Amino acid sequence: MRHTISVLVENKFGVLSRISGLFSGRGYNIESLSVGETIDPQISIMTIVTTGDDQIIEQITKQLNKLIDVIKVVDFMEVDHVEREMVLVKVAPKKEDKTEVLRLAEIFRGRIVDSGPKTFTIEITGDEKKIEAFVELMKGYGIKEFVRTGKVAMAREGVKKA
Amino acid sequence: MKKSGAEILVECLKREGVKHIFGYPGGVVLNIFDTLYDEKDIKLILTRHEQGAVHAADGYARASGKVGVAIVTSGPGATNTVTGIANASMDSVPIVVFSGQVPTMLIGNDAFQEADIVGITRPCTKYNYLVKDINDLAKTVREAFYIASTGRPGPVLIDLPKDVTAGKTDFIWPQHIQIRSYNPTYEGNKWMIKQAAHEIARAKKPVIMAGGGVILSGASKELKELAEFMDIPVTMTLMGLGGFPGTHNLSLGMLGMHGTYYANMAVQNADLLIGIGVRFDDRVTGKTASFAPNAKIVHIDIDPTSIRKNVRVDVPVVGDVKLVLKEILKILKEEVGKEQWSAIRKSWLKQMEQWKKERPLTYRYDEKIIKPEFVIEKIYELTKGNAIICTEVGQNQMWAAQFYKYDKPRRFLSSGGLGTMGFGFPAAIGAQFACPNDLVIDIAGDGSIQMNIQELATAVINKLPVKVAILNNHYLGMVRQWQELFFRERYSHTYLDVVPDFVKVAEAYNAVGLRATKPEEVEPVLREALKVKDKPVFMDFVVDWREKVYPMVPAGASIDEMLFEEEKKEEKKVRAVK
Ligand SMILES: Cc1ncc(C[n+]2csc(CCOP(=O)(O)OP(=O)(O)O)c2C)c(N)n1
Ligand SMILES: [Mg+2]
Repeated sequence: MRHTISVLVENKFGVLSRISGLFSGRGYNIESLSVGETIDPQISIMTIVTTGDDQIIEQITKQLNKLIDVIKVVDFMEVDHVEREMVLVKVAPKKEDKTEVLRLAEIFRGRIVDSGPKTFTIEITGDEKKIEAFVELMKGYGIKEFVRTGKVAMAREGVKKA
Repeated sequence: MKKSGAEILVECLKREGVKHIFGYPGGVVLNIFDTLYDEKDIKLILTRHEQGAVHAADGYARASGKVGVAIVTSGPGATNTVTGIANASMDSVPIVVFSGQVPTMLIGNDAFQEADIVGITRPCTKYNYLVKDINDLAKTVREAFYIASTGRPGPVLIDLPKDVTAGKTDFIWPQHIQIRSYNPTYEGNKWMIKQAAHEIARAKKPVIMAGGGVILSGASKELKELAEFMDIPVTMTLMGLGGFPGTHNLSLGMLGMHGTYYANMAVQNADLLIGIGVRFDDRVTGKTASFAPNAKIVHIDIDPTSIRKNVRVDVPVVGDVKLVLKEILKILKEEVGKEQWSAIRKSWLKQMEQWKKERPLTYRYDEKIIKPEFVIEKIYELTKGNAIICTEVGQNQMWAAQFYKYDKPRRFLSSGGLGTMGFGFPAAIGAQFACPNDLVIDIAGDGSIQMNIQELATAVINKLPVKVAILNNHYLGMVRQWQELFFRERYSHTYLDVVPDFVKVAEAYNAVGLRATKPEEVEPVLREALKVKDKPVFMDFVVDWREKVYPMVPAGASIDEMLFEEEKKEEKKVRAVK
């Protein structure tokens, strides 16, 4: 099962390596990891996407909690939440496909953030499904470059899954 | 008045109640060593290797329950501590290691004797620090001792750049420490405790499996009370030995790979297994799929990651073992009557006696050649079970666990999790400093003792009467045993062709060296050794190299699939051990 886990940590040097070291040392998987400061500059938040069966995920959250610098761990599997990720896709469509690519970008509420004589760079934000769907479509038109931020997630206000 | 970083450090150590530090000097810790030179309240003990210093601090902590301290220099000094730190980490031993570091402005430059020791020890410390600002020093030391000794204890390393110990600032002792992200759970969840108590009250065939957590939490009294009140037999892991009296009727001794027949049978046939301060290590469980197949499992431990890591658990209780046991006892005493339980338990306890009779711990005594088990038995007899026993790793360790009975906690100091050859002797030195009036004996192998043999100098200079009983089989015996049983007797690189003359080695260091080559010499040698009060003694017991540790659960098998010593010629007496 794939889980999105957010980890509130002390913003100190070495913390990222403590977290990544925990995953590599114990053979857990990291699919994506994004880190940034919170409003309180002493605290950072990491969003980690990982996979594992229930027992592994239980271990991962417990092991994260055990790290001295970790303040809080939330497994979003247990919480109703919003998830977002951003990708930049540079496509080089054939002349006759250009309008179609622009139209698709519009349907997916993408933005053209750069364009050259042969390429468009499209920014797409959304949840995983939306991004996967868009990338799948673009593959047919020739993706030149591709970069993604990794997921971030936040609990919805007031609603909790049982 | 401003103080130097070194002075602040020493002042902090005094306030933490540190009396002994094990260390080794070098360029970047000169300031610290210089400050310690005049210090009356703290004794620095110079070991002969940094690994020895950390194991000594570890042994000191295990024997006393206090935080052990070591100080070493940067680079090679720091890297030499890694085995010791990993060893303490695996066995949850509270130690604080200070390593010198190159000046802050040189960090990252591959400066002379620079090593990224914080990076290197990150996975094997409970926490570690690089102090970059002298104003953080006092707070860091305070935090380090707090983290090392609370919750599930463990090693903490503080890396001290030279300019930090050389610089000056005002000394401010933080009165309180509060780490918002570190709050160990001591009180168990009330509901879970109730569940656990009810499972215990309902069980017909319960077994307690006690681990190192019982000793760390100081819960021996509560454990004994629970076992006696409910008539529950108790087995112990290697780390748990002494947590429950080994001579008690309800004791089943150690379980697992080299556990007793009755302990393993009890676990495999129990309807309730109560794991207390254990982590269900693979040396204990064997094949987990068939471990305690008929039992519900109650697991009490302060570390939530221990729970459900290796085995399924029906009732998890996260909390301090002592506090949780107290609560459980309270509920049981309110709700059940003693008589009622004694009756129900009778047939289960009878089964224990049956198993004990069926296959007691035995070895084949021989009149011509010294059996290693015989040596341990004699040590037990002559010390009346009152010594602090350290061990090395290998067969010597297992025999020390099987044939010596530990009635009190902190009397059996052994490298459990990491299995570090070379641990026992420096740990014995540390234990002797912690308990100067106790008899400290290291039960050693001829291979292991050579891994930190240089610490003889430390013991001699400090007039420590540490005894080392070398079970000299001229082999890396435990590995040889595996080769004999599973590798068609192909003894690849386990024969120690050249074993030094341990008597001469001892004498070369101005210690006492004794040797026994025949069974009748064992007792006189031991008696002679016990007389020595101001020097370490090496006892070289030339033992039967063919001897193997039994019972044995082969790797990957269930713990009731034990191998036993094959029954051979009947002229050799089989000696049962009481
Ligand atoms: C530092 C280290 N290296 C290797 C091992 C693997 N090992 C486990 S037991 C053993 C043999 C120990 O030999 P000895 O000290 O003579 O003890 P014996 O088994 O003969 O009693 C070895 C090599 C280890 N545990 N620790
Ligand atoms: Mg040997």
